[in-house]
Amino acid sequence: MSTATSRILIVDDEFSIRDSLYNWFRLDGYAVTAVENATEALKALQETAFDVVLLDIKMPGMDGMELQEHIRRIDPRIAVIMITAFAAVDTAVRALKQGAFDYVTKPIDPDELSHLVQRALEQRRLQNENAQLREKIDELISVDEIVGDSPPMRKVLELVGHVAKTDATVLILGESGTGKELIARAIHANSKRRYFPIVPVNCGAVPEDLLESELFGHEKGAFTGAAYRRKGKIEMADGGTLFLDEVGAINPKMQIELLRVLESKQLTRVGGMHGIEVDFRIIAATNENLEQALKEGRFREDFFYRINVFTIEAPPLRVRRSDIPALAQHFLNRFAQQMDKRITKITPEALEILMTYDWPGNVRELSNAIERAMVLGQPPAIRPENLPVFGAKKNYLAAAESLAEVEKRHIAAVLEATEGNVTKAAEILDVDRVTVYNKLKKYGLQR
Amino acid sequence: MGILRLVPILCGDARDLLPPLVEALDNLFGLQIELQPHSFDPEIAFDSSRGQYNSRVLLTELLRETDPEDTRILGVAGVDLFIPVLTYVFGEAQLDGRAAVVSIHRLDSQLYGLPPNRPLLLQRLRKEVIHELGHTYNLLHCHQHRCVMMSSTYVEGIDLKSDRFCDRCLAQLRRAKVPGRDVAGA
Repeated sequence: MSTATSRILIVDDEFSIRDSLYNWFRLDGYAVTAVENATEALKALQETAFDVVLLDIKMPGMDGMELQEHIRRIDPRIAVIMITAFAAVDTAVRALKQGAFDYVTKPIDPDELSHLVQRALEQRRLQNENAQLREKIDELISVDEIVGDSPPMRKVLELVGHVAKTDATVLILGESGTGKELIARAIHANSKRRYFPIVPVNCGAVPEDLLESELFGHEKGAFTGAAYRRKGKIEMADGGTLFLDEVGAINPKMQIELLRVLESKQLTRVGGMHGIEVDFRIIAATNENLEQALKEGRFREDFFYRINVFTIEAPPLRVRRSDIPALAQHFLNRFAQQMDKRITKITPEALEILMTYDWPGNVRELSNAIERAMVLGQPPAIRPENLPVFGAKKNYLAAAESLAEVEKRHIAAVLEATEGNVTKAAEILDVDRVTVYNKLKKYGLQR
Repeated sequence: MGILRLVPILCGDARDLLPPLVEALDNLFGLQIELQPHSFDPEIAFDSSRGQYNSRVLLTELLRETDPEDTRILGVAGVDLFIPVLTYVFGEAQLDGRAAVVSIHRLDSQLYGLPPNRPLLLQRLRKEVIHELGHTYNLLHCHQHRCVMMSSTYVEGIDLKSDRFCDRCLAQLRRAKVPGRDVAGA
């Protein structure tokens, strides 16, 4: 039924129609305004926020179809009901295509008119509710998770803000543990795709022969073990964002397939016959030197240029040391809540150690160190003895070392500490076992 | 006591419904009912293209029939009524005004291929009269399904509601100091 606050605008050049509708809706308790032409209607629309407009198609001067266009520009949520004396299907179709809520022919059955306006108001109510929910979602998916106010991080956040507004493919470069996925999520959360999912795929963690089915999905019986039809990650990301982590691990054959999907916006499941339309944005990330991979022929040039439209470099923690206190406190608060421990601060001595360490594992390593300290520590503060032993080492890296050399040495050190136990090493490095095996193969390390 | 002037319009055979209607409406809103023939020609409201009578034209004519002493004037028409934008109406009234008109035509079961049912027809007519007169006392359509001020756009809708006002509508009538047995006791 009507509500006293619902507002209806009637636009009809014929007095008797205008008057009849005005009185009819007034009895239902609506706030009704009736005008005789488009000029008066536009004036009324500027002054009052209407929920429903009943609009005569044929009017002298600007007709109903043209006025509908103006109304849509003023407020696209207004439900417009077109009224005409003659049933002309082509006009009705045109009106509906232009976004009219419905179309009725005079004279109207009173029951139909009553229900039509109620449905239009219900749609308007749902649209408002939807808008409110979206605002709430926007609040929930803010970029608060990215902690840091250092100049390198401010630059990153600035870039995130710029690129999020576009649909451009983004390549995030950075060492392990620098928060590349967090940056990807921040871009997604601030883009127009935010109401659709962001689907992460760790390309380095999926065995090479399974990556195709993982990305493209498969039909039942496509290969041994394919007992059911399964959607791939690309299909799951439809409308949203596909985050390809460790993109350097994708083999050249798969790069061609991905390139084809990116160009055609269509994919075919493994074992499938038909193309499926998909609309997604790619954000890729890697800690590899892709230009080197290009030279070595491991990475295709066309695919590289397709994903390298906009680059963001995630700075290592050692170049943004001023963020360490805030990051450490952030992790402390999180783990204190998770562990229900009343540790609220870090002693100046412990903070000094955190500030001077080089953090080859970056923010992830810092997070792990704080988690460990929270397990060992006692309220009210984290003390130096709660920190990992290697946390006290200073200047861990030689300045001339490449990223790959650092990674190789760090993996070797962790393996040594775990006596070659890959499962334990994967836990410490916060990657999966497949990644560890891939890295061992890549760097020629022995267990 | 105020006067409700009841004017039969082209009632034909339905004219014999008027005495029991007068009885059923007695003292409604504290009004004394007086039957009065019309002096205007109802055919001026006839729309030959639709084969129906324009209720707005009838309302205008009814207002011309009123005496300064009349509190309300009610036309009871035996013919089908319409307002220009709608296919038909059961009745029409001036909101917060003096005149109302109701039609018997679509209240009759025989129109829907059913056997005649005089008590039901009288009951429907009584509800519609109370409903339209309610509008003249500034009552809008009500959301309460049993309230007589609930909007009815089809005849079964009239049967679903009662002939009484809900508490909210009753309170509004009391605030407007409308007298009457039915209003006070509903």
